[in-house]
Amino acid sequence: MEAKGIYARLEQRFPGKVSGLKDAVADPLLMVDAQAIVEVGRFLRDEPELRFEILSDLTALDFPKEEKLQVVYHLYSYTFRHQIVLKVDLSREAACVSTMEGVWKVANWFEREVFDLFGVVFDGHSDLRRILLPEDWEGYPLRKDYVEQEEYDGISTERAPLVEKLLR
Amino acid sequence: MDETLRSEGEGLHTEDMTISMGPQHPSTHGVLRFVVKTDGEVMREAIPDVGYLHRSIEKIGEKVTWHGYVPYTDRADYLAAMFANQGFCMAAERLGGVEVTRRGEFCRVIACELNRIASHLIAVGTFAQDIGAVTPFIHALRERETVNDLMEEICGARLTYNYIRIGGVGYDITRQTCDRITQFLDHFEPIVDEFNRLLSYNKIFIERLAHVAPITKEDAFQYNIVGPNLRACGVKWDIRRDIPYSVYPELEFDIPVGTGEKGTLGDCYDRYIVRILEMQESCKIVRQCLKMLPKGPAIAKVARKFKPPAGEIYVRVEAPRGDMGFYVVSDGSEYPYRVRIRTGSFTAMSLIDKLSRGLMVADLIALIASLDVDAPEIDR
Repeated sequence: MEAKGIYARLEQRFPGKVSGLKDAVADPLLMVDAQAIVEVGRFLRDEPELRFEILSDLTALDFPKEEKLQVVYHLYSYTFRHQIVLKVDLSREAACVSTMEGVWKVANWFEREVFDLFGVVFDGHSDLRRILLPEDWEGYPLRKDYVEQEEYDGISTERAPLVEKLLR
Repeated sequence: MDETLRSEGEGLHTEDMTISMGPQHPSTHGVLRFVVKTDGEVMREAIPDVGYLHRSIEKIGEKVTWHGYVPYTDRADYLAAMFANQGFCMAAERLGGVEVTRRGEFCRVIACELNRIASHLIAVGTFAQDIGAVTPFIHALRERETVNDLMEEICGARLTYNYIRIGGVGYDITRQTCDRITQFLDHFEPIVDEFNRLLSYNKIFIERLAHVAPITKEDAFQYNIVGPNLRACGVKWDIRRDIPYSVYPELEFDIPVGTGEKGTLGDCYDRYIVRILEMQESCKIVRQCLKMLPKGPAIAKVARKFKPPAGEIYVRVEAPRGDMGFYVVSDGSEYPYRVRIRTGSFTAMSLIDKLSRGLMVADLIALIASLDVDAPEIDR
């Protein structure tokens, strides 16, 4: 189904919760209200004409100028070979959205990664721990205003430039 | 069992044991760790602990130019660097509206498919070694060495190629190299049969893998299992055919799927045999490409200060470990705004916890090897 059709179905089922369809781009995308994202996901998965079986990717984008974080869901359907991108806007200070784990299990690890690197809290997640970084790491590296901690466990994170090292 | 013995045995119970497997365990394919809870030989659960190889490749993407990022993508999965090159370059090209030259496309496919052979050789070789067969590993690596030599001839590097550039490929493939590749294929195709005699139809090997840790289609969808692991569950899905890119639509090749021939559909053996069959398909593809290789430039003219217009794109390529997704966002500047690499090993790894319950400890090794997870690709 074309993005317009998918959007129309969503608008009909969730009035006022979806907006901003962009279908003139390579990957059509639409904005979803943060409160409704799980229900929208479940609807897209279960609806016989849509059948998005796959959550291809779940990640986030940081826009400090606009003071928002965006969580991005890439959905794909093997049955109908169509795709759609869902985006949820969150505030940077209290980034929190419900977990998608109940709809696609793979979201468990994707969300842990987004939590680890962006600091988005996923409400209702079964095991929200850092996944790539150590438990006691400070800050969220993929945020644009991230400043690396000076040392970790007594080891400096600064390294002398290689050229200087060679000259010495 | 004797009645008295049984009644005495009922009072006894074993305590759960928590064992840390890795990060330097030889069968973990890179640096990763499992916290294994076992009851004797049977596992209660195996919780993966990843992140040992995290090099923040995604963050680096925001700090270097579009052209400058290509060598970094090599490191995302160093066993299949060509595919990460391909994925990122395709994303940049589609954003910037760059047309790849036709010869460039063919060079890409040749290099990628050779890389797939090399990667699958490692996969099946280490698979055999992990479960105790040392000889096949040596055989597989011997062949891979030849592929590495060819790669060195094509692009000057044996592992991190930096070959595919935005707009085409870095170096053209010469006539001489084409001949060498043909020679290699002539030599390699019978080797696959030899490998089958040595390992694939070996009774011990089959007994060891059949019925072990089958993945159902439902689980594969829920956990977004991709690539050979997905095809082993009987799902005929290949990005090269189903979301075509490059010149794959012009080429003829089969998509091997698991059939459960020796055990259950989607078990370890299916995942193994799919990779063997895929190597043969790759040989077919390379042969066709060598025949069809057109004349012309290998790379298009691309601005040195490459600045694609603002926008975003999600590109998939069929890497040896499955669907590799590049989600690239541009804000119209010299640097990407965000580069996200979604890899097949990451999602495969998230399924191990579920699959491992009730397996024997020794079968965990087979399970990890059969999924062909690759630590650098998980951690990025």
